[in-house]
Amino acid sequence: MDITDFYDTFFEEAEELLGDMERHLLELDLDDPDAEQLNAIFRAAHSIKGGAGTFGFDVLQHTTHLFENILDYTRRGELALRRDIVDTFLEAKDMLHDQLDAYRNGQQPDAEAYARICQTLQQMALEEMGVAVDEGAPAPAAKPQPEPKPDPQPESAAAGGGGDHLEVALIKVADKDRELLVEELGQLGEVLSQRSDGERYLVTLDTSASADDIEAVMCFIVDADQVEVRSLPAGSADSEPASEPAAPPPVAEPVVPASAAPKAAPAKAPSGKPKAAGGESTSIRVPVDKVDQIINLVGELIITQSMLDQTASELDGVAHGAMVNGMSLLQRNARDLQEAVMSIRMVPMDYVFSRFPRLVRDLAAKLDKDVELVTEGKSTELDKSLTERIIDPLTHLVRNSLDHGIETPDKREAAGKPRTGRLTLSAQHQGGNILIEVIDDGAGLNRDKLLTKARESGLSVSDSMSDDEVWQLIFAPGFSTAQEVSDVSGRGVGMDVVKRNIQGMGGHVEILSRPGEGTTTRIVLPLTLAILDGMSIKVGEEIFILPLGAVLESLQPTEEELYAMAGDDILLKVRDEYLPVIAVHEVLDVENARTKLTDSIAVIVQGEGRRYALLVDDLIGQQQVVVKNLETNYRKVPGVSAATILGDGSVALILDIADMHRLSRTKKEARHASRLPSGVNAPVPFKEVEPS
Amino acid sequence: MTSNLNAANVAAADAHSREFLVFSLGEEEYAVDILKVQEIRGYENVTRIANAPDFIKGVTNLRGVIVPIVDLRIKFHLDSVEYGGQTVVIVVNVGERVVGIVVDGVSDVMSLTPEQIKPAPEFGVTLSSDYLSGLGSLEDRMLVLVDIEKLLTSEEMALVDHVAE
Repeated sequence: MDITDFYDTFFEEAEELLGDMERHLLELDLDDPDAEQLNAIFRAAHSIKGGAGTFGFDVLQHTTHLFENILDYTRRGELALRRDIVDTFLEAKDMLHDQLDAYRNGQQPDAEAYARICQTLQQMALEEMGVAVDEGAPAPAAKPQPEPKPDPQPESAAAGGGGDHLEVALIKVADKDRELLVEELGQLGEVLSQRSDGERYLVTLDTSASADDIEAVMCFIVDADQVEVRSLPAGSADSEPASEPAAPPPVAEPVVPASAAPKAAPAKAPSGKPKAAGGESTSIRVPVDKVDQIINLVGELIITQSMLDQTASELDGVAHGAMVNGMSLLQRNARDLQEAVMSIRMVPMDYVFSRFPRLVRDLAAKLDKDVELVTEGKSTELDKSLTERIIDPLTHLVRNSLDHGIETPDKREAAGKPRTGRLTLSAQHQGGNILIEVIDDGAGLNRDKLLTKARESGLSVSDSMSDDEVWQLIFAPGFSTAQEVSDVSGRGVGMDVVKRNIQGMGGHVEILSRPGEGTTTRIVLPLTLAILDGMSIKVGEEIFILPLGAVLESLQPTEEELYAMAGDDILLKVRDEYLPVIAVHEVLDVENARTKLTDSIAVIVQGEGRRYALLVDDLIGQQQVVVKNLETNYRKVPGVSAATILGDGSVALILDIADMHRLSRTKKEARHASRLPSGVNAPVPFKEVEPS
Repeated sequence: MTSNLNAANVAAADAHSREFLVFSLGEEEYAVDILKVQEIRGYENVTRIANAPDFIKGVTNLRGVIVPIVDLRIKFHLDSVEYGGQTVVIVVNVGERVVGIVVDGVSDVMSLTPEQIKPAPEFGVTLSSDYLSGLGSLEDRMLVLVDIEKLLTSEEMALVDHVAE
């Protein structure tokens, strides 16, 4: 087996460890640091170092080594924490992340940045401790670890192949059990040496089995915390007993909870436990495409089930009672199965929210503001693909709130508010949607300022616009009310991108704001992209699906409501609004469709802020459809966002509301161009109706 | 002379005979490498795609996968294009994609030795010899060996977003 096979596992684990590290660093109480958290930070660095060493990522290994040394001082209370020290730690953590990314992309990490962070860390050690952190890679400082834990990467031992030397420590094991265990170990490899050391009985083993395997075997006989396995560098077994005296004292610590460190001891005891025996059994790592495959198969099952259901419904219920009962049972089971499978893709919002404490901390410091971040509904679940795409828009919104929303401490005090601003991130389910809110208790949006700015930007506004309409102005491209452009925000490229991204995910953004009390930005998203609430419509003999979220209403137009415009454009008057009419059969060349407007049904739809009337022959009904990608085997089709499979097994296309509008324009232009002789000016394209 | 080279390469690389699935388009006999063929199924339930070239008949549901259907008879400008009981779809794997091609019928599987595969001459405007891997001569029959992968991923088939890739 090739060691590179394990790279991905390492990268993923290291990423998680770095995330944990950052979380703990941010939560650290500077005056009274929690020993458990310091340990957790140290452990994360140590685990990454172990993995990096195994895979030969020298730069990463060396950086973590230096980092680990300093962390060790803080952990032992020899280095008092200060805010700037934590800042340096965070910086070092970022650097590790960059290095990890570089290795992941098959590149060498930035040597200059590496040198810089090494120097910073070394200097810190010098200044604070008066000791020089050794630069040599073989780590004497790493040896007296209080937690002789197994190699953090379970696969490293296995990957190393044969010839690895492992030291197995049996703690407080009765003599008869011990003999049994040593015999067992003898079957796994060659026992090189064994000796007793107080309560510990140390066995050095030459084996090709991994540390995890050995633990697994041992755990049949004794408790997990009675066994400790760690790997020794091959060939060092002979020299090991000589250096051994260095190891036992710290090792004894978790075993005998010394009264000197009552707080640290309980934390250390579990941490010394082998990883495999810990939380790993509660989750497994599965590639996303495997999950998607299951979701697809379940989707198929649902379709087959509804086909069967259709056939069975034609049977006589009395004569085939058992069959009908079976069908309804099948239906229920299939739905339950679908729900359960869909939930696999769901991840808690904590995944998204966890990256904001750092951002808020850094940004608040940069802007000289005091901000407290509160997160609510961390356990609310959302489709994994959506969580990844929501991060960028949410980051924009948080930046905006910090920059424009929350005032400086002095201003806040003057306004009678607490000096510390409060930024709340919350997530909750509502029906088939998830609501994500960014709430600040800042100054709120300024209506007059927005209107003035809008006029300057050439947008058509009036003083009679409602607040909601005014707030929506900030989503207009190029719109920013920031007095000056900073690197935080103010370029006006943010909010329209936010809106577009969120619409791309099938959601929308709302803004609530009260002067002096703050602003709430609410993002409403569907729970998943894999299933869509659709309205099926019929045009000619063909069936299409409209996303229900885009449908506002439907009506049968009368002669009086239809107005012809220049060219062949038609407007439909709905209440006090004139909407352009787009006939599906014209845009998509459907044959045998009803051409008489008053026989058709107008579905009022809204997409990308445009509202228009879509002419269809019939409405069939609403249903949930499984979204299938057209681009897997084909290509992007204009006017169509995806496809789905109907109950009878045939394919129906899901229309892209915004793209239909564009397609209609292109078609009309093409038709005009072909109709008009050259030299004649094309008619003025009819003006779009802005949504109200 | 790429085609000559292709045929020569094929012959050199493969000392053993290769198997081809033979299908008919009108009166002509064509063949594709059997290793590219996933399955053969009837022509049914094809959903039309608007604003696509006429030879793209639409998409169909192949056990949950949306597969585009190409009618090679239209692409090759055959006179009569009819859909009947004999009309079949050969589902082929090209690259990572699955595509169905409509043909008039599938006759048999033929084994061709390298000697039986002749280089394709430079001919044809409709079917450029770039998309042929040679001509198979079999006693009195002549099989046009189509390099289905090249043909279906070509720009003129409009099956693949070339800009995107």
